[in-house]
Amino acid sequence: MSEPLLELIGINKSFGPVHVLHDVNFTVRPGEVTALVGDNGAGKSTLIKCVAGIYPMDHGEVRFRGRPVTIHSPKEAADLGIEVVYQDLALADNLDIVQNMFLGRERGLPIWMDESSMEQAARETLASLSVRTVKSVRTLVSSLSGGQRQTVAIAKAVLWDSKVVLLDEPTAALGVAQTRQVLDLVRRLAEQGLGVVLISHNMADVFEVADRISVLYLGRMVADLPIKETTHSQVVELITAGRSGDLGLARPEQVTL
Amino acid sequence: MTETPARTDKPTGAISDFGIDTTSQSTGEAVRDYFVRLRAGELGSLPALLGLLALVIVFSLLSDKFLTLNNTTNIISQGAGKMIIAMGLVFVLLLGEIDLSAGTASGVCASVMALHYVKAGNLLGAMGTTVFWVFSIGMLVAAALALIMRIWAGAVLALGAFLIAVLGVPQNAWYEMLLAVCVGAAIGCITGFLVSKIGMPSFVVTLALFITWQGVILQFIGQGGTLGFRSSQVLYNVNNGNLNVFGSWMVCVIAAGGYAVVVLGEHYSRLRKGLVTQPTPIAVGKVAAVAAIAIIVTVLFTLNRSPNPQFVTIEGTPYVVPIIIGLLVIGTYVLNRTRYGRHIYAVGGNAEAARRAGINVSKIRASVFVLSSSVAAIGAIVYSSKVASVDPQAGGLDTLLFAVGAAVIGGTSLFGGRGKVAHAVIGGLVLAVVGNGLDLLKQPAAVVNIITGLVLLLAATVDALSRRRAAVTS
Repeated sequence: MSEPLLELIGINKSFGPVHVLHDVNFTVRPGEVTALVGDNGAGKSTLIKCVAGIYPMDHGEVRFRGRPVTIHSPKEAADLGIEVVYQDLALADNLDIVQNMFLGRERGLPIWMDESSMEQAARETLASLSVRTVKSVRTLVSSLSGGQRQTVAIAKAVLWDSKVVLLDEPTAALGVAQTRQVLDLVRRLAEQGLGVVLISHNMADVFEVADRISVLYLGRMVADLPIKETTHSQVVELITAGRSGDLGLARPEQVTL
Repeated sequence: MTETPARTDKPTGAISDFGIDTTSQSTGEAVRDYFVRLRAGELGSLPALLGLLALVIVFSLLSDKFLTLNNTTNIISQGAGKMIIAMGLVFVLLLGEIDLSAGTASGVCASVMALHYVKAGNLLGAMGTTVFWVFSIGMLVAAALALIMRIWAGAVLALGAFLIAVLGVPQNAWYEMLLAVCVGAAIGCITGFLVSKIGMPSFVVTLALFITWQGVILQFIGQGGTLGFRSSQVLYNVNNGNLNVFGSWMVCVIAAGGYAVVVLGEHYSRLRKGLVTQPTPIAVGKVAAVAAIAIIVTVLFTLNRSPNPQFVTIEGTPYVVPIIIGLLVIGTYVLNRTRYGRHIYAVGGNAEAARRAGINVSKIRASVFVLSSSVAAIGAIVYSSKVASVDPQAGGLDTLLFAVGAAVIGGTSLFGGRGKVAHAVIGGLVLAVVGNGLDLLKQPAAVVNIITGLVLLLAATVDALSRRRAAVTS
């Protein structure tokens, strides 16, 4: 196990009276795909948004490569090397792949953009991820399929020298072949040494690509273990009940006062 | 549309990856590809160009005065002002917003300009004390709003309007034109602030301002009055004067030569870097076609087109032509090559994506209104120059609809994300031809309005149908 890239220690987050995250510990290691699973309302999206700088955390410590950091805005998260691929992809349909990948961070002078350098960089990034289905980086995003758009969104995250990539339900709206493409891509990201966090409801996907699995149940991290040490049904139990055998929250009768 | 001289050896990725980006395509394939895209619904400005051709043919058959040199130059002259307003409107339309006040705002700019000229620089006397100070404070407020939004150009121009008014700058056509543009920028700052910072829908804001500016024009000019500036040679020449023969050819050389430099320069630069580009024969063909058109047009312009050649000589490229070309070049450059233009397309396509990418969406939204009103002011200078006067109807309903209609007919989408400045030029030509042709045929205003409306309807239908086709085939 290598040194963690990103460590969240004792994260707490409330929205008014609703205490959404309770003392959550979460670790992301380089070269590993960590699946973050939990039922709806468990706090997965909130945790991701805290990491991405969209919500401030109430209490807790964040360490990036061992150094304590505070993340106040998406820009600070991006500067650290944390990139998020949201569920709605955040791509502009009327622009092509290159323009989308460099959106907001175009190369060249403000009055003279360096198109050729951006085009080559986009191609190289996609090639490095062994993307096989994109015929031209100048195609408009609107004419790409769902899987290809997901690929572009992920490649966009990779382009910016990111260290940690968080993917929110990347295969939720995709068909079989497209899911295949995206999962291969996720594995390749890990192979390149990035720390990948995969939020997913799909257990089959999780068991296929993840190295570790972290389970959230009602705002608490109830399990954090290597995939090999657990089974499908155990994970489902953890998600729905918060415990499974010895894992997870202790039974109420066993809590000593 | 690709060509590289040799296949670049990229060790990663299969041959089929980025096939379009790394494999050559011959001229024949490129042409076939164009027709495939046409059938798939990517029409671009083709319907507008074909429509323009059809209209020209129809009108020249119906009236023998239509295709005369004098009349064709008149078409350009008549449509120029509104075409320019349309060019500015494209920026607003790209965001999916609308500026209904573009017409009357331009009228305000023209009336301030004319007022300054007619009253020999004494705006205080011309407007009356209260109105003058309301106007000047208004300019200052606009500058302050621009500073809040950090749109520096807008602040500078609005401040310029304030200074020209308050310092009592003497009568000078150039200062007056600058004043018009500055007032336009100030109006745009106010509109932009209301839309982006207060968050009011642009339709409502600009509708309210449309009516407000109409009242302001009436206040400046007075009921039933007009402000004439025929005595200003400069102001009159904007839309009535022509370059001399040498100047006309200079414009031709610069325009065609500039286009050649840009297209061929980029073409060979991409080839050198091993990037995709269109086949060389096509690039050369485009340059040759533009050069041919420029030369033919300039030859025609330099002929004597006077209806009474024995008495009066009228020849040379009209001044409005280089003005329009200049605005077209600058506008297209800004949208295609600058970060600002790229961000406009992004916000128009997916504002949330742009926001997450770190783009200041509200600043972009406000700035397009500043731009559109400033350019509308230039349009006002042009259309009021034609009649060398400004009346209280300046920039009224017709002007606005012509401007929006021109942009839409040319291919700009009202929903944002799609459009070019060239669309406004093509659409403006279509509407100018319709108006001019029907006028030559002595059709009453009723017929002109009905036909103009039908043309716009037709253009919108073609646009909608082609987009459905594109959605189905992509």
